Amino acid sequence: MLASGTTVRVKLDWPETRGPCHIRTPHYLRGHEGVVVRHLGDFPNPEALAFRRPAEILPLYHVRFPMGALWPDRHGDNTILVELYETWLEAA
Amino acid sequence: MHDLGGVSKFMCEAVDAEPHALNDFDRAVDAIRGILGGKKVMGVDELRRNIEAIPEADYLRLSYYQRWIRAITAHLLRQGVITEAELIAAMEAE
Repeated sequence: MLASGTTVRVKLDWPETRGPCHIRTPHYLRGHEGVVVRHLGDFPNPEALAFRRPAEILPLYHVRFPMGALWPDRHGDNTILVELYETWLEAA
Repeated sequence: MHDLGGVSKFMCEAVDAEPHALNDFDRAVDAIRGILGGKKVMGVDELRRNIEAIPEADYLRLSYYQRWIRAITAHLLRQGVITEAELIAAMEAE
């Protein structure tokens, strides 16, 4: 379980280039660092449920990202809050 | 069509935040989805995955619930819940 305040990096991975899949991690976050805000609960992996495969129960987090890092030409000091499953997060 | 957030070609339209009136077709599709979900025939993630698989030209042409019925139909055919012949016969009987 990741504690609130932990800095994490979203995996720089593109499963959609390897075949049919259902990805709920936005493309614009891959490879970027954010901070865990809170644990939202544990849920079956939607990437597996979408294909009727056995689904592992995964922690889901709210992670906050500085928008200026995602889109350097705009957004200034704004942040974006995104729900991400733990399998998409790695130590920063 | 999927993961459109932050894609510049979709950034220039204001978000339509007005409530949308539902027609009988919309309600019927929603009811079908509810029944399939309740009977564990189709989950919400399976619905989403099949909506994402709709080619872009069709996706942009279809209404919200038309996308749903297209995704539901693709799922039911793939799972063998209905056959193409049954689908065609049912549509011709309408």
